[in-house]
Amino acid sequence: ELSICVYTFITICLASVMGGEMTFELPDNERQCFFESVDKGVEATLEFQVITGGHYDVDMELTAPNGRVVYKDVKKQYDSVTWTSDEKGIIKFCFSNEFSTFTHKVVYFDLDIGNEDPLAKTGDTQATAMTMLESGAVNVHEQLKIILDLQTHHRLREAQGRGHAEDLNERVFLWSMGQTIIILIIGVGQVLVLRSFFTDRKPRGRA
Amino acid sequence: MVVGKYKTQLFDKNINDYLPSSPGIGMHVLIRDPENNVILSKTYQAEGRFTFTSHSPGEHTICLYSNTTKWFMGGKLRVHLDIQVGEHANDYEQIKSKDKLSELQLRVRQLLDQVQQITKEQNYQRFREMRFRDTSESTNRRVFYWALAQLAILAVTGFWQMRHLKSFFEAKKLV
Repeated sequence: ELSICVYTFITICLASVMGGEMTFELPDNERQCFFESVDKGVEATLEFQVITGGHYDVDMELTAPNGRVVYKDVKKQYDSVTWTSDEKGIIKFCFSNEFSTFTHKVVYFDLDIGNEDPLAKTGDTQATAMTMLESGAVNVHEQLKIILDLQTHHRLREAQGRGHAEDLNERVFLWSMGQTIIILIIGVGQVLVLRSFFTDRKPRGRA
Repeated sequence: MVVGKYKTQLFDKNINDYLPSSPGIGMHVLIRDPENNVILSKTYQAEGRFTFTSHSPGEHTICLYSNTTKWFMGGKLRVHLDIQVGEHANDYEQIKSKDKLSELQLRVRQLLDQVQQITKEQNYQRFREMRFRDTSESTNRRVFYWALAQLAILAVTGFWQMRHLKSFFEAKKLV
């Protein structure tokens, strides 16, 4: 049964262009591949970050439509690749957790292809020059997009830190429990062992 | 508001390409909220669209399961997935025609949506920071009280050991 589980933070932005961003769970010893179609000569950017799991690292491989490997690296926590596609086709990028024996990783990636489409298609096909106000508004829009992108990165870093802190908390708790049990076992065990020293032989006078 | 669209295509070995549409394949969509309650659990056809509105901040899980095994035995299934969240789920074409806005008005509407999203994100961060601070303080407290408790347990255990052994040796007439 095929199952794709993706985690979505409620404020993830999916650009109005092709491509998008997603956070998904990569189980141990597995490889997950994603595909996207690109046109010729279009510049695209792919960035990824490991949010939770183990040593926060993952292998990544990006293949162009003609089979050429654009990017390949192992055990990276965060990276960003920008390339221009030589031909039209389907790119493939794969994340691999095959080096890990039992830690699941949660990986975020963001694929940005090309430039943004206009907001709404106008009826007339001729391009009219934009007024100061319109170009100012487009400027503000671009800046806001940058802010939202920064917020996404901040949110990811926060999720990473929080995951680590909660993990630490749980480990402190479990270890304390474990230590108590060990202390009690050793305490009682010592007494029992000592008693066994003195029960088999005839009691001798000892100071 | 989150809008998800998916489309599945089955690989046909005869034409060595994906069929444009594959009837008979369904996908079961399961959405959980941060507290692991199920918000949506529904089966759609090969092509579907699902929406939900989040009522609590945090990590929601979207899962897609295929409900047929028809494509096994060396088959491949291509799944197109498009998830749009928040202001990106707005269809500006529709808004433009419904409210009869000009280009500039539409752009300003988009800017307002974006700013609203930024505000929501900031509120979310404030909530998260609170949770994080609580977790850190809880860890700190646990470490402190646990160290004290351990000292007490060690002292009690040692004391019990000595008392028990003393009475044991006295019973064995060694002391």
